Amino acid sequence: MMGAILQLDGVTVRYGRGASAVTAVAGVDLELPPGQIVGLVGESGCGKSTLARAICGLQPLAGGRITLAGEPIPPLGHRRRPARLLRIQMVFQNPYASLNPRRRVGDQIEDGRRVATRPVGSVSDLLTEVEMDASAADRFPHEFSGGQRQRIAIARAMAAAPDILIGDEPIASLDASLQSRIASLMRDVALRNDASLLFISHDLAVVREIADTILVMHTGHIVERGPAERVWAAPQDPYTRRLLAAIPIADGLGRIPG
Amino acid sequence: MTAPATLIRRPRIAPVWRRPLAIVGILFVSFWFITMIIVPFLPLADPLAQDFTPLSPPSGTHPFGTDILGRDVLSRTLFGSRATLPFAILLVIISLILGSLVGAIAGYFGGVIDEIIMRIADLVFAFPTIVLAMVVAAALGPGITNAVIALALISWPNYARVIRSLVLSARNQEYVVAGRLLGAGPLSSLRRDILPNVASPMLVLAMLDLGSQILLLSGLSFLGLGAVPPAAEWGSMVGDGVQQFSNWWLAAFPGLAILTVVVGFNFIGDTLRDSLDPRSANAVTQVNA
Repeated sequence: MMGAILQLDGVTVRYGRGASAVTAVAGVDLELPPGQIVGLVGESGCGKSTLARAICGLQPLAGGRITLAGEPIPPLGHRRRPARLLRIQMVFQNPYASLNPRRRVGDQIEDGRRVATRPVGSVSDLLTEVEMDASAADRFPHEFSGGQRQRIAIARAMAAAPDILIGDEPIASLDASLQSRIASLMRDVALRNDASLLFISHDLAVVREIADTILVMHTGHIVERGPAERVWAAPQDPYTRRLLAAIPIADGLGRIPG
Repeated sequence: MTAPATLIRRPRIAPVWRRPLAIVGILFVSFWFITMIIVPFLPLADPLAQDFTPLSPPSGTHPFGTDILGRDVLSRTLFGSRATLPFAILLVIISLILGSLVGAIAGYFGGVIDEIIMRIADLVFAFPTIVLAMVVAAALGPGITNAVIALALISWPNYARVIRSLVLSARNQEYVVAGRLLGAGPLSSLRRDILPNVASPMLVLAMLDLGSQILLLSGLSFLGLGAVPPAAEWGSMVGDGVQQFSNWWLAAFPGLAILTVVVGFNFIGDTLRDSLDPRSANAVTQVNA
């Protein structure tokens, strides 16, 4: 089965009520076709993570709609998440908080396998896929480093055989040498499993390496969208230009970006 | 052949458990637990037999003296552990389960359910514990089982309040959200992701509570609402002793028994809290990571 399409139309999310309400996401349109890698970049506080939470049903919408394969995504209340929505999975920002410290890694990945709508590999297959040793299954999260934990979190998300994988700043808390490795791992894993990937990051340089399409978000709006190389080489929006100029270059000249 | 020195290992005891207070607590509590188990096999007088001269002071034959009905106080004090410890532990387990269940539901679901449950808890908190326990115990009639029921009905809000706040902070943790995204319903989310992570503070609370529950249970017996005569129970023995104030040994020895066991449980509870302290646990995690 080919993955379903995730569609966002005029999505608006507000925090708070009345005069003090803050609009975190202001009318975002977005389409995530099957097998596509979409990068969403923007500075802290621009609404990227709120958007990710809204797609998972964790944030009620103030306007617009989000649909998966044509059907709307209701907010996740106290009920069990409906089976069709289990096809959207997320990898969180902080690998130190996103794994249950009291359960073995294998059991946590098994939770995902149990709800998968199509056959997935065994726990050791999944661990191997994220370049972890199969013996990790019998150990607890605190025995692993941040990068390893993020791999485990990716394996757990992939265990549910998602059509749509969301990475909510999955590389932000990793050290620089790991960032692009984890990012390309997510891309490879998603493509191998026919899933599309919405990769959220503030690091345009890393996103450019893995994404087909790049969306630039600023104060709740999408200010620029286009093929990755076009956005990188010929940015249209002034904000994107500023973002690009802020990327440090390791050329030994000691320039301060910006 | 001799083993290399590095292979000789002593069982590792965490430093907090080697502190004097911890050792005293363990000694007191293990003394009473061992007594509770072996007391029927000891060469003691029958705690209910009225065979001796009433009100004889401590002597070689009766190290703790005899009471007004000519019963051996040493035997009654040691047998008293059987009337107190099992019931106190049962009581703590009942209130722990009841309070955890109710508090976890309140914290997890929030909203109206939370309001209703916590207002009922406030209602219980509004009365002094022992007074409310007396009212319930008097309504149920005297007897150690009724005393346990009465105290369980009164002590669950302590647990409910603590576990509610723990669940409130745990339920927004990313691993709980991740579990929900993987299709965990509310009950499996509570069972798999939340309860295992709040279990250690609950254990500490239960351990610290054990001491005060023994006091309350003995207090009810002291007032005649707990153990029924002629059963050997510390609280009722102290109660009898107060009537005979010049015969100090009647109240002093069962009182000492209550003191040691309560102090012992409190010291162990404190030590447990220190050894499970989240900050020290974090330090260990960071060293391992």
